[in-house]
Amino acid sequence: MAQDTTGPLRRTPLYDLHRELGAKMVPFAGYEMPVNYPLGILKEHLHTREKAGLFDVSHMGQAFLFGWNGVQKDLDHRHPYIASVIEHLVPGDILNLKPGQMRYTQLLNDAGGIMDDLMITRPEDEPGQGSLFLVVNAATKAEDFEHIERHIHDNAVLSRKPDRALLALQGPRAVDVLETVLPGVAAMAFMHMRWFSIGTQQLIVTRSGYTGEDGFEISVPEAIATDFARTLLRHPDTAAIGLGARDSLRLEAGLCLYGHDIDQQTTPIEAALTWSISKRRREAGGFPGAAKVQADLAAGPARQRVGLRFDGRLPAREGADIVSPQGAVIGKVTSGGFAPSLNAPVAMGYVDRAHAKDGTEIGVIVRGQTLTARVSAMPFVPKRFHKPS
Amino acid sequence: MSERRYTKDHEWISLNGDVATIGITPYAAQQLGDVVFVDLPLLGKKVDAKGEAAVVESVKAASEVYAPMSGEVVAVNDALTGEPAKVNADPAGEGWFLKLKISNRGEWDGLMTDAQYQSYIKELG
Repeated sequence: MAQDTTGPLRRTPLYDLHRELGAKMVPFAGYEMPVNYPLGILKEHLHTREKAGLFDVSHMGQAFLFGWNGVQKDLDHRHPYIASVIEHLVPGDILNLKPGQMRYTQLLNDAGGIMDDLMITRPEDEPGQGSLFLVVNAATKAEDFEHIERHIHDNAVLSRKPDRALLALQGPRAVDVLETVLPGVAAMAFMHMRWFSIGTQQLIVTRSGYTGEDGFEISVPEAIATDFARTLLRHPDTAAIGLGARDSLRLEAGLCLYGHDIDQQTTPIEAALTWSISKRRREAGGFPGAAKVQADLAAGPARQRVGLRFDGRLPAREGADIVSPQGAVIGKVTSGGFAPSLNAPVAMGYVDRAHAKDGTEIGVIVRGQTLTARVSAMPFVPKRFHKPS
Repeated sequence: MSERRYTKDHEWISLNGDVATIGITPYAAQQLGDVVFVDLPLLGKKVDAKGEAAVVESVKAASEVYAPMSGEVVAVNDALTGEPAKVNADPAGEGWFLKLKISNRGEWDGLMTDAQYQSYIKELG
């Protein structure tokens, strides 16, 4: 997952805290990030599934997109206006977001390839109407923001928020831990946001995450980020979790890692992200690469992202060839590893459509051996997102 | 315990007659993190010094284990198949990987002594 970069590595506001906690720091997307703490990836992973894990994801890109700059004074039209601006770049339904609701979508190129995947939130409050809160991947954030600015012209203003840290608190106990610090979070619905304040500092809390568990992502001003993290870590159910376990948790949850499972050459339909495109947007198009996406929807994509489970314990890693029972290469693994919660290897990758059905027996080549595997539904572990009671 | 020698890739080797036992050092085990699978060679496989002898898989990545000396694989630690965590728990003991019938005793002298290895890992920090 580490990537080469030029220039000195950047640090998040929590850098000193990571060192103090004994983290092993590695370069990732131009930042020096904790890959694991002394607990180790395996135990950090299991801790998150059992209790609450705290992740520093401040390297990700946060920004507000404002559309009301004197353009729309009428409150009722502010959201439709900014939604129409961003819908020219993403296939997700932003128009029908309710105040405080967030959505997963993708920035697409003209061929329907994925430039990045991102979260778009419509702020809950009245003064926030006409703006959107965006969270994009670290490795692509500079290009994403330039791309957005190039396309919005004078119709909207993009305001980057490099002065905000981003923390994720994930796991079945996350809600109880966060409720002790920010009373009211327990009442939030999944994929919704709320503003909170600590003194004069404004926090953006969303009930969301990247682990398959219930949890929250908290955008916090860098001035109070370390204190806030320390407060969460004082709770006996919270442990600091590194990027290593973040990767194994998201893999078990069947979630894509940008640059690996999805990239400029994959469409959302090939990537099995069709669920993220509403009926209105599938039919009306109006986003980059809409023709390709609609063609893939109509005829079925040539290849499809699938999950893989194995007979043995040997994990297959990114880049391993996937073969038919007859030995013909039919695809490639894009993410693979050992799933601590299943105590077994899992992988995801792309295969020709003829082999994409759940249960299809296939082989995966690791160091010359053919591992017996089969196409498996994802997530590999059941999602435990919060559902309203 | 008989004398041990070490490689820059953090394998250890001990000799009993012409049979060498090979494993990875506590430093390597700590760097790898939790071992989830060890891909051991077939008995009878011939390996060259610095050639790949086994692969150790952690949650995060696969890493090669190189043979410190040339020889033929005469035993593998089957216990690691069911309990790969032994590599982390006791890398210098129960977490051994394989035994080689060595073919070139002269290679021993090119390996680091315990004192040399300790100062080597100190430099790595």
